[in-house]
Amino acid sequence: MKLELAQREVNGSRNARSWRTILLGNGQLMAGVFIFALVMAVALFADGLALRPYDAMDLGNRLQPPGTGGPLGTDQFGRDLFSRVVYGSRIALRVGLIVVTIETVLGVTMGLFAGYYGGWVDRVIASVTDVTWALPPIVLALAIVTALGPSLNNVIIAIALVSWAGYARLIRTKTQGLKNMPFVEAARALGESDLSIMFRYILPNTFGLVIVLATLSLPGAILSTTALSFLGLGSQPPAPDWGVILNEGIRHLYDAPWISVFPGLAIVCTALGFNLLGEGLRDVLDPRMKV
Amino acid sequence: MNMAKLLQVSDLRVEFLTGRGTVRAVGGVAFQLDRGEVFALVGESGCGKSTTALAVMRLVPPPGRILGGSIRLRGDDLLTLDEDSMTQVRGRHIAMIFQNPMVSLNPVYRAGAQVQEAIVLDQVPKNEAWRRAVDLLGRVYIADPAHRALSYPHELSGGMRQRVMTGMMVSRQPDLLIADEPTTALDVTIQAQVLDLLLELRDRTGMALLIITHDLGIVAEIADRVGVMYAGSLVEQGPVFDIFEEPLHPYTRLLMRALPRLTKGQGSLHTIPGQVPSLIQLPPGCPFHPRCPDRMEICSTKMPGLTVPAGGREVACYLHGVGERQ
Repeated sequence: MKLELAQREVNGSRNARSWRTILLGNGQLMAGVFIFALVMAVALFADGLALRPYDAMDLGNRLQPPGTGGPLGTDQFGRDLFSRVVYGSRIALRVGLIVVTIETVLGVTMGLFAGYYGGWVDRVIASVTDVTWALPPIVLALAIVTALGPSLNNVIIAIALVSWAGYARLIRTKTQGLKNMPFVEAARALGESDLSIMFRYILPNTFGLVIVLATLSLPGAILSTTALSFLGLGSQPPAPDWGVILNEGIRHLYDAPWISVFPGLAIVCTALGFNLLGEGLRDVLDPRMKV
Repeated sequence: MNMAKLLQVSDLRVEFLTGRGTVRAVGGVAFQLDRGEVFALVGESGCGKSTTALAVMRLVPPPGRILGGSIRLRGDDLLTLDEDSMTQVRGRHIAMIFQNPMVSLNPVYRAGAQVQEAIVLDQVPKNEAWRRAVDLLGRVYIADPAHRALSYPHELSGGMRQRVMTGMMVSRQPDLLIADEPTTALDVTIQAQVLDLLLELRDRTGMALLIITHDLGIVAEIADRVGVMYAGSLVEQGPVFDIFEEPLHPYTRLLMRALPRLTKGQGSLHTIPGQVPSLIQLPPGCPFHPRCPDRMEICSTKMPGLTVPAGGREVACYLHGVGERQ
């Protein structure tokens, strides 16, 4: 009788695990999804939202505070700050997604090879990841950008090159566990090749981990690129990159603080949103949380 | 070419190099299989029967390695093939079912997709492969296969998973199917279904079956011939009826006596006194001599070779004459 009841409870909670329940049951995830959707919407509909082109100057309306000079005020060239921040979301998201895509592909591939083959392949990849981890990422990225020359594309390359190591390590460990699973042995008995086993049997079993990793590293990627843009190594003015706007505002921090504050807030919100989304997804996708 | 046996294993030796010494998991095993034949390897845990099976697939996990001998499939020695050619042999010519159906299927793919994946390996177009996969699931007695093909492994019962696995492994119509304790994780009624299924597939396709088990009940039920393994050696082999009726090797005799019988319900269970020797330090001579009730002086010094008494039997024991150790 008791068993039956317990069984019913288990069944009930399993049936109830629809997407809506998962979403509503997890505040972090809900907040994350909300902010993510908001940033995406802003980026998608930037043309409609922006009041003026991001580089349209109006020298008669320089350094106007929020309210009188548009919703977020104007900068030292009289450009509408709201429009610039709105367009900036496109740069931030694009850069973040490209960086995360590159580092995911690179890190996951390296991790798969290291974990699956072991031996000298593992040792070579492990040494490379250790070296990458031993250097402060921003300094390493600075060095790469300085070598390649300042541009947004080079920043993307630099950030991706310094941040794939974390993926490689986690995927390596996960692969080491998965490669000894009986279903992998069965695949071998079926006549699957090593590459096929790695990418069609092991890789799909790491997707939960990869999704969480990617979401969690997106804010880091955005922060790093805006930091490099802030230092003048990434996007070049008049691009509405949040880092560039922030930098331009520094000179007017006392007389027109809004120029730096709003792009800063945009960065913080976006980073926070993705972090919440990632943490929430981790909770939901964690197998230990399942019944 | 057709004169060659389907599978001819001779003097197979497998070692595991461990920190505590070299484990002689398989020491000179020889047996053969004809088309459509069911051969069972029986023995206690750790006697090397699973390692023998994995060696036939050349899937012995490190730190194990095949030291010597030959495994001939229709006359071609598998041990001389390079890894790519061996990959071609696996699944196409020799397939294997594993002990634990709970984790032998990939958890992230639907059941049908896994069977389909196996069929696609033979360059069959995807939609044709899916149709065949569903058809195959029906033939391994999965009810409502078109619907079940869309289920994920965790939505299937253990017996169903083992049948999906079987379907997957026979999908490429191998000549030999190795089943490593195929029914250990299943309850008795499901065991019978899976065994029946294996025999039926044998009858229909003419494939040979190599069953690895410690369950003499299963052996009696489906095997044509049996090989009894002890401490890495094949101590006796022959037709299943003869072995059960008149076991020649003392170990086999004691093993048969240890079987609980429903007809003679009284008394305690028989056991074999002593313990299986460590495979790192095998006793000199016959590995069974420390536990053998019929041991002679020669047993503790020289390993007996196989003698061939009569009727397609082989036994490695001095009680039945002095054989040649190959």
